[in-house]
Amino acid sequence: MDVNLIPQFAEYVRMLPEITLIVFGTIIMFLEGVAGEKRARGMDGVAVLGLLVALGFSIVAGMSAGTAFHDMIIVDGFATFFRMLVITVGIFVVLSSSSYMAREKADCGEFYALILFSLSGQCILASANELIMVFIGLEISSIATYILAGFLRDDKRNNESAVKYFLLGSFATAFLLYGIAWIYGITGSTNLDVIRQAIGTPGVNSGASLAMFAVALMFVGFAFKVSAAPFQIWAPDVYQGAPAPVTMFMSAAPKAAAFAVFIRVFMTAFGGLAHQWAPVIWLSALATMVIGNFAALTQTNIKRVLAYSSIAHAGYVMVAIATHSQIGTAAAMFYLASYAVMNMGAFAAITHLVRKGETHTEIRDLAGLGKQQPVTAALFALFLFSMVGIPLTGGFFGKFYIFKTAIDSNLIWLSILGLLNSAVAAYYYLRIIVVMYFHEPGESMESLAPAALGIQVTMWCAALATLALGIYPSFVLEMAGRAAVLTP
Amino acid sequence: MNLLIAVLILPLVGFFLLLLFPRKSEALIKQAALALSLVTFLLSLGLIGPVIVNGMTPQFETNLPWIDSPAIRFHISLDGLSLWLVVLATLLTPLCVLISWNYIKDRVKEYYAFLMLLSFGLIGVFVAMDLFLFYVFWEVTLVPMYFLIGIWGHDRRIYATVKFFLYTMAGSVLMLAAIIYLYNRAGTFDYPAILAMLRNETFTMGPQLQMLLFLAFFLAFAIKVPLWPLHTWLPDAHVEAPTAGSVMLAAVMLKMGTYGLVRFCLPMFGDAARKSASWICTLAIIGIIVGALVAMVQPNMKKLVAYSSVSHLGFVVLGIFSFNQVGLDGAVYQMLNHGVSTGALFMLVGFLYERRHSLEIKDYGGVATVAPKMAVAFAITMFASIGLPLLNNFVGEFLVLQGAAMAYFRWAAFAGVGVILSACYMLWLYQRTFLGETPDDVKHHMHDLTGREMAAIGPLLILMIWMGIGSSAFLPSIGQANAEILKRSTLNVETMVQQQAPSLGQEVRLGR
Repeated sequence: MDVNLIPQFAEYVRMLPEITLIVFGTIIMFLEGVAGEKRARGMDGVAVLGLLVALGFSIVAGMSAGTAFHDMIIVDGFATFFRMLVITVGIFVVLSSSSYMAREKADCGEFYALILFSLSGQCILASANELIMVFIGLEISSIATYILAGFLRDDKRNNESAVKYFLLGSFATAFLLYGIAWIYGITGSTNLDVIRQAIGTPGVNSGASLAMFAVALMFVGFAFKVSAAPFQIWAPDVYQGAPAPVTMFMSAAPKAAAFAVFIRVFMTAFGGLAHQWAPVIWLSALATMVIGNFAALTQTNIKRVLAYSSIAHAGYVMVAIATHSQIGTAAAMFYLASYAVMNMGAFAAITHLVRKGETHTEIRDLAGLGKQQPVTAALFALFLFSMVGIPLTGGFFGKFYIFKTAIDSNLIWLSILGLLNSAVAAYYYLRIIVVMYFHEPGESMESLAPAALGIQVTMWCAALATLALGIYPSFVLEMAGRAAVLTP
Repeated sequence: MNLLIAVLILPLVGFFLLLLFPRKSEALIKQAALALSLVTFLLSLGLIGPVIVNGMTPQFETNLPWIDSPAIRFHISLDGLSLWLVVLATLLTPLCVLISWNYIKDRVKEYYAFLMLLSFGLIGVFVAMDLFLFYVFWEVTLVPMYFLIGIWGHDRRIYATVKFFLYTMAGSVLMLAAIIYLYNRAGTFDYPAILAMLRNETFTMGPQLQMLLFLAFFLAFAIKVPLWPLHTWLPDAHVEAPTAGSVMLAAVMLKMGTYGLVRFCLPMFGDAARKSASWICTLAIIGIIVGALVAMVQPNMKKLVAYSSVSHLGFVVLGIFSFNQVGLDGAVYQMLNHGVSTGALFMLVGFLYERRHSLEIKDYGGVATVAPKMAVAFAITMFASIGLPLLNNFVGEFLVLQGAAMAYFRWAAFAGVGVILSACYMLWLYQRTFLGETPDDVKHHMHDLTGREMAAIGPLLILMIWMGIGSSAFLPSIGQANAEILKRSTLNVETMVQQQAPSLGQEVRLGR
């Protein structure tokens, strides 16, 4: 066998985003050591620069599509889509966290370095073509995120959040790893294509039921990472406890990347077993939507409400996966993009509103925001309406597209139940708007400083993107449609 | 760019424009809102001519691609059915600006901006010819109304507005599912295209499927109408809304439901609709009677008017589901009548409230002696609402009852009770508020209509009389559109009209 051990130049090009992220992350760590006293001044700028370069490189990498490093990495439209998505999320997280970190006197380069490292893991996840790479990507992404969740180490809530996330996350990863081991045992490979051929052809192998067991194990791992029922328990506590910008990050980027790999593995490697796993996803999707939405109804903490809402939104994406079709994949991609955008906007607003030490995280603390800071309130309301699914916002179109594909695939009941669920969801989003606009400002409202520039930029960009996705979705939709072709 | 787009877009432009104004310049904002809405209204008058000449074929059509896949088009047009509803919406917007002039003091900029956005959504609902676009406008109207009630409403406004929002939302998601299903089967959201497919049978629905889809659409519309027993959100929303909110809600927004029934349910699901006619009409009649009875015992004026709306809209639904030209014409005419007369009623109640700061009937009495002009306006509106001949509601109710009688005589008999009851509660209301001794409180607070208020109520009073004695100006174009709709619902209109409605010779000739 003629094995070329020295990678080609093109293969490096395909890895450029990950390489860039890691290089810039290291530079930040290094600079911080050198700069000493001045510490974090300008580190966020370096991070944004690195992310912009990585964003550019992911487009470059996307143009030379193909596999790299002995088929371990695959760069296709799908990978490029998610790389760009998570890196964009990263940019806005950095923009809105610098003022937060300064406020908490925890301004240091490490924070941004960790975000870059985590993103590099997510980029690997998006482009993994092989189960070991999946595992590596997941670990890089998760470990950095565990640390981020507990970044303010003097804060009890941060500690609780980080420990919970770490323990439960490791547990889930173990399931995933065990599933990978089974798959390797059955098929003798970790390459997605090879696995697909091995278990996809009926009659050839006798290990279909064994394979199903492995699929179940991996489902547990992925379901945990995307916070799908019945493995969503961790999400509210972790989201509530973590610093607001980190919650913003966790609910958008790692989630999108986990969904990316979830979809890729299940659509390619396990595509042949779709008829066995689709009912499981069906049930999980329904349970996720119901649990997320109904649990959110009674919450009073705004981060917790959005945590449950994030579970519910994961449920909608699961509906798309349950269709196990190419168009379903496209719908999931579109939804994840629009969810990332509106969620980012909402959390940017929250990052601004919680004040120093996150003392104002109850919904009632928002009373009178509509009067005190009309622009912030209006943008926040826009994001919430998008989550409700009011037309002309990205959230509506995403939901529409998902339920359209579900009805296409004859999942009529799931669609109807899902749509009714989204009507239930309207209640708790509206409650936030009610407090912002219909209640008189409390005393604490007067002490609210104007939003920092980075947060304003994030909110405006997110608002424009939310409207753009709702009014003219064709651009992203076509991109997702082209990229959703996963199997040859 | 044609006139219809201008009429549709102008309020949206107004919305953004008003948001750009500095917060402090309140007078300027009000003037700009008034000017914009007046221009929109004047432009919309230009729509009337071409549609009256030919109400059967859609006029002012614009059909642009919006989203390629799934194929969603920006398709709007106007026919005899939508025409008058659009004009009603554009007429009421400047009037609503006028009546809010002094009443709204808090967050003025947002208030008028939302009013503009509401106007945009409402016009859009009536002109959209693409099911997806229709749904978009349908939902878009929710947001401004939600804020109008929630911010500028009365004490229990939050409860009312959330209830309003959730009711509508819950109803409409099933309609969305049905719309998507239709798209999957027919391959298009374009409404005329779907109708054409249904006609030449390239797209067919089995009876069971048709019934399910019909019910999904019907539920959304019935909640909006609102049909008894889904009406409970309405009294709350009306009582809590600011005057202009109540006016827009009663006069235009409720018509979205009945318009949807006529526009979509009858032509697309003709068989299912006819099969369901009996129970729907039963509900409508219950609504007519129960609404009237409940209105009679209300101590709160706005609540009284709100329940009278439930009763009046029962007539509309009854007319629609009697499935003949007369009933349908009456129903559509009644939509406009209700818009004009109930809109005026809410305005007058609002005027009373602005002076006396109470909606309780017992706080009033003898207002006529201190405010004679207002008393006259109220009297005309009241008589219109009761259905006195020569005023607008008479024509509509007459046609509806005639249509119902043609379909099934007993319906007309029961519904007729509603007419009598409406006389009871309205006359009683008038007696208790405007006649009798004038208490001191009323004397001190009450003054007569100002010029601005006359300008707001005047056009509606003129319309009440005009629509009562000159219905031939409005009915032919409505009749043409309705004839087309009835034909689509596969009923043999021609024979029906010839045999049973000789009295409407003029209209029938035009209608064919």
